[in-house]
Amino acid sequence: MTAQPIAPAPDTDFDDAAFVAAAGGDWSDVADEIVRLKEERVAINMGPQHPSTHGVLRLILELDGETVTETRVGIGYLHSGIEKTMEFRTWTQGTALTTRMDYVASMCNELTYVLAVEKLLGLTDEIPERAVTIRVLIAELTRVASHLIAVGTGGNELGGTTLMTVGFREREEILRFFEMVTGQRMNNAYMRIGGVSQDLPPDALAFLRGAYPRILRGVGDLEDLLMKNPIYRGRLVGNAYLDLTGCIALGITGPMLRATGLPFDVRRAIPYCGYETFEFDVITETTSDAWGRFMVRMREIRESMRIVAQCIERLEGTPGPVMVADGHVAWPSQLSIGPDGQGQSPEHVREVLSGSMESLIHHFKLVTEGFRVPAGQVFVQTEHPKGTQGVHAVSDGGTHPYRLHVREASFNNLQATAALCDGGTVSDVIIGLASIDPVLGGVDR
Amino acid sequence: MTDSVPTPPVPDGGVAPDGGVAPDGGVAPDGAAAPDGGAVAFEPPLNPPADLMEVRRGLFGATDSGDTSGFGGLVDPVEMPGPSPRPYGDWFDEAVDALVDALPGQGQSIEKVVVDRGELTVYVHRDNLLATLGALRDVQALRFELSLGVNGVHYPGDTGRELHAVYHLMSITNGARVLRVETTAPDGDPHLPSSVAIYPTHDWHERETYDMFGIVFDGHPALARILMPNDWVGHPQRKDYPLGGVNVQFHGASVPPVDERRRYYS
Repeated sequence: MTAQPIAPAPDTDFDDAAFVAAAGGDWSDVADEIVRLKEERVAINMGPQHPSTHGVLRLILELDGETVTETRVGIGYLHSGIEKTMEFRTWTQGTALTTRMDYVASMCNELTYVLAVEKLLGLTDEIPERAVTIRVLIAELTRVASHLIAVGTGGNELGGTTLMTVGFREREEILRFFEMVTGQRMNNAYMRIGGVSQDLPPDALAFLRGAYPRILRGVGDLEDLLMKNPIYRGRLVGNAYLDLTGCIALGITGPMLRATGLPFDVRRAIPYCGYETFEFDVITETTSDAWGRFMVRMREIRESMRIVAQCIERLEGTPGPVMVADGHVAWPSQLSIGPDGQGQSPEHVREVLSGSMESLIHHFKLVTEGFRVPAGQVFVQTEHPKGTQGVHAVSDGGTHPYRLHVREASFNNLQATAALCDGGTVSDVIIGLASIDPVLGGVDR
Repeated sequence: MTDSVPTPPVPDGGVAPDGGVAPDGGVAPDGAAAPDGGAVAFEPPLNPPADLMEVRRGLFGATDSGDTSGFGGLVDPVEMPGPSPRPYGDWFDEAVDALVDALPGQGQSIEKVVVDRGELTVYVHRDNLLATLGALRDVQALRFELSLGVNGVHYPGDTGRELHAVYHLMSITNGARVLRVETTAPDGDPHLPSSVAIYPTHDWHERETYDMFGIVFDGHPALARILMPNDWVGHPQRKDYPLGGVNVQFHGASVPPVDERRRYYS
């Protein structure tokens, strides 16, 4: 995209109106000109580079005085063609691309993707229990991290930098754990088709046990700062209202839907990864506004931490492989940390090289060519921090996806912007947008 | 509805999907069956469209011969799962029956019903798309009130039906049932009716599908591109969309576009 502005959709009201094009210059001149023209309506661009729009989102606001009369949303500034790229990479490589969609909740994207491919392969029930539990653990920690970002950055946009620093501080604890387990803080590419890329390192669970109370204390700090805060309440309560009917019509899911009182959570409705065996509550609020969404997120953090605690307990009692036994799919690697960094473990290399030549050829083919996935299509949903995430995977029997579409909750929920913001003030737009919690990497893909 | 926690009736390992159906041979049972008789179970695939998507030819990948040289001349027909016979299993029969009852012409508009990997797909002709979606949303026994969006798939080998639009619908009322509706349009006439009036959430999804596949949704309130720039030429997710290569400054060499590089398959 060049700096060339996109013409807004034809608006008959504006066609014959006098207008001032403000592109830089002295704002007082612009203001004087507006006064001279006696025109109160102003159309302004918010974004795509704007600190309050959660990334490169462009809002086109039509203002009448201070009131927003019409909101339009411009997206696509972060479109990177991930879905197209995946058609030219093997099924296994797809994880490294899905992780870059909603980069705030990387591993939740990976989870949906690998579940879809496993369903295509018919492997769903063959994933080792330890791998499934690790997936749940990671997904819930990702949810906590994502909600902390949602609340923290939302608070920052209202001027409360402390909220962001507290949110990021606790998220950092989680990212440290991720780094320990996956080798990376973000964009982890940790989920593998058939399991996870490697087992937890020996001290990881002990680290998490240590971090657990610290994370909860930070969540408590956020609650103390916000739940009784009159300014925060005053800005959020009753703002950005969207009721159940509106949510269902617009396909809104996740915390926004649960803030209307409907206890719809994919983890309970269509359980995957054994969520039916975990104890947790589906959080709802009944206010349907920005405050309700904030409360849902804060309380969901505590529910996710409950699941995390159950995962830790189970993992301590569940040894075992973290990759499916089927040699046609299982990624033939065992990573370890050596003196020169992370790589294949010497034992694994020795085992592969001292085994049969055919085994080595098979490993080589599996990595370079990939495995074939029987033709067909599936649609798999998971409860992503932002809402229902769906992966529609189509295979033509080849080693690459024929078509892979991700139904991103952020993309869909962003449609509600106009419904949330029209009729409010510009400052309410910020809150409405923050209550949707879009991540543009997921919106644009 | 607000207070009911959806119960989990996961469609699990339903009917074996493998195309055990003989697509032809039998005389079509014909719609002359008594409309309200109820005795005759509706079998939609009177004349099922071909499920052969393409015939893949390439070097490696032949699985049925001992040839590992890569020059064996792979010829591999790509078949998507074909129409399923009754019973479909799970809640699928009841839902298809309810849909058939709700549609004019006793379901003649349903092209085929596919049950694969525990998922139900109903193929409808584009002329009947809106009636189908309307019935799925409104009929009490169906109540697919939440749409999870629209997206496209381009099958250049599916002659006359190259562009598929796929709708995933969910019924929270009936315990998180998920159903897929698929409809097609030929490349030469890429038009489908817009369903924004039925599911307002399809607004952006149809724009994305238009942007990526060039499917024109007639009746959409503002069918503009959404992800690509407004002045972009072409629809990137189509299989015939040209991809760029990278010029390299050595000896006039260049890195070919990714779809023209040597691949193991196709």
